[in-house]
Amino acid sequence: MKNIRYTSIEGNSLKFLGLLGVFGFFILLGFLAFLKMEHEGHWITGMNNQVIWGMPHIFAIFLIVAASGALNVASIASVFNKSFYKPLAKLSAVLSLALLAGGLAVLLLDLGRPDRLIVAITYYNFKSIFAWNIILYTGFFGIVGIYLWTMLDWQVEKYKRIAGTAAFIWRLILTTGTGSIFGFLVARSAYDAAIMAPMFVIMSFSFGLAIYILVLLASYRWTGRELGDVVITRLKNLLGVFIAATLYFSLVYHLTNLYATEHHGIEAFVLMKGGIITNMYWLGQIILGTLIPLALIYCPRPAKSNTMAVVASVLVILGGLASLYVILIGGQSYPMTLVPGYEASSTFADGAITVYSPSIWEFMLGMGGVAIALVIVTLAMKIFRLLPDSLSDKIADPHKS
Amino acid sequence: MGQNDMNNTNKIDQYRRRLLGGSAAAVAGLALAPGLILNTVQAKPAADAVSSKNRWGLLIDTTKCADGCSDCVTACNTEHGLRKIDHGLSESKSEAITSQWIRNVTLKNKSTGHTVNMPVMCQHCENPPCVDVCPTGASFKRDDGIVLVDKHICIGCRYCMMACPYKARSFIHEALTDQLAVAPRGKGTVESCTLCVHKVDNGDGTTACAEACTHGAITFGDLNDKSSLISKKLEMSGGRQLRAELGLNTGVRYQGL
Repeated sequence: MKNIRYTSIEGNSLKFLGLLGVFGFFILLGFLAFLKMEHEGHWITGMNNQVIWGMPHIFAIFLIVAASGALNVASIASVFNKSFYKPLAKLSAVLSLALLAGGLAVLLLDLGRPDRLIVAITYYNFKSIFAWNIILYTGFFGIVGIYLWTMLDWQVEKYKRIAGTAAFIWRLILTTGTGSIFGFLVARSAYDAAIMAPMFVIMSFSFGLAIYILVLLASYRWTGRELGDVVITRLKNLLGVFIAATLYFSLVYHLTNLYATEHHGIEAFVLMKGGIITNMYWLGQIILGTLIPLALIYCPRPAKSNTMAVVASVLVILGGLASLYVILIGGQSYPMTLVPGYEASSTFADGAITVYSPSIWEFMLGMGGVAIALVIVTLAMKIFRLLPDSLSDKIADPHKS
Repeated sequence: MGQNDMNNTNKIDQYRRRLLGGSAAAVAGLALAPGLILNTVQAKPAADAVSSKNRWGLLIDTTKCADGCSDCVTACNTEHGLRKIDHGLSESKSEAITSQWIRNVTLKNKSTGHTVNMPVMCQHCENPPCVDVCPTGASFKRDDGIVLVDKHICIGCRYCMMACPYKARSFIHEALTDQLAVAPRGKGTVESCTLCVHKVDNGDGTTACAEACTHGAITFGDLNDKSSLISKKLEMSGGRQLRAELGLNTGVRYQGL
């Protein structure tokens, strides 16, 4: 691992500017969607008084969860002292900050009163997990920022381990907080479960690493740097463990619910009768997002390692979005029981399953957040020396050669 | 006239003025006093804090709630200026974004087919989940048990709507005009039944829905006052909380369920 030279990318090529242009276009679309929603009100979206949180929240929560997961590569290097991951650590920290910024942008711009951001950071109800999350997100920027500094500046490098450990603990608490947004909701039968917090933590490992693999591969390919099979194989195998662990948590969650008669309604809805929700679960989360990537990662490979890693990572991301769709939209679409043993009906959709049709504005806002995250990473690569010149097999794993 | 006489006359004038001024103030005071005193009897002065001596609540007798009647809903909408705004959406979409502080719910027993009608609104919980989850403290509970939204610090995150077990809250999905002074409402914030807090504070002793119910199905009153009608009815016939298993101790109780 010696003699690794970190360099920034030149960032003058047409391709680089084109990439920034594409991200800029999506950010512009997201900003237009924000202006439209802010001006007209939320009636133009698919969200309503029954499905309260929609597509923007799926994007925002996905990005926020993935943000803490993207830091894993750095944590393995600094906290668990695995030298193999050290050359990959800087990008990991930058990516986590970028994803969090993108996610928070979507979350904040979807607020009914985004102009009251100052209220959100000056008025705190400390019993609210949401308020705690605001502190956790802000703290994440600070702590991971300091951690990144210890990685970039040799004068403060001696504090890297401490900063890395603090960041690792903080990210675990942060994702526990994100999962608890649902875990602490006593009202709805799909939520109110302690398993939500660890499930979100393990989901973050998976989503964050999938995005990391894609960003790493893209940056090496597009800058003509060498990236050997060793790095990708190692990351890909780690991704496989995280995918399997996520599946395990989903199984435990559903099995526990299936055991309790009171939850049979919501389980039947999600697993069998929920239309798009059921499809999102079985086709999206389980088959596309779990089984196919696991097969791609662990079966004897018919294709080149990198291609498979890309396909598996893309599927994990799509499956992750599908799983959040099931949790968020499924959990809200299914009606709450006012009086057990009675079927309810009203003008306010009591007892009825709500159909949610997301609007184009919600997708635009969500994609804008993704673009914000990616533009930050792209610019950071130009500004900082984040990546080794080469991650060839010889450099990544000297024992192999 | 000597200097002394002049001084004496001036002093006498001063006494006269003081006496007249004092008398005038006394007369004015006497004239205004009955009005002031009457007001304090009728209403809690605005400067006084609400007190936990009261716990305002509603009792709904579902056996009296008439089929097809929506007088309470209409009265609430009129009292607070709630109305559907035409965006050219389908009926169901339009309904899904329209605020409903109170709604008629029909319950049908799955095994017996027995049907019950009842109005459902904010249940004004003693331990409200909406207040617990609100990040800014905009959702709050007054000492007298009324759960409200502070429109000035609501950021429109809608977490309270996710948390409410009664689906009692609505989000304002569009710009509004001609709001009523008693119900300040605005785009991008969350709202729900205020238990007609303006009427309660005015000493009206009722809510718009209770007032409008000609069937006598809705009783408003102080749950802490054992001599109040609502307490007596509850003592005599009992009253059930919706989703009592959550332990929220609601201020709205139901009979005949």
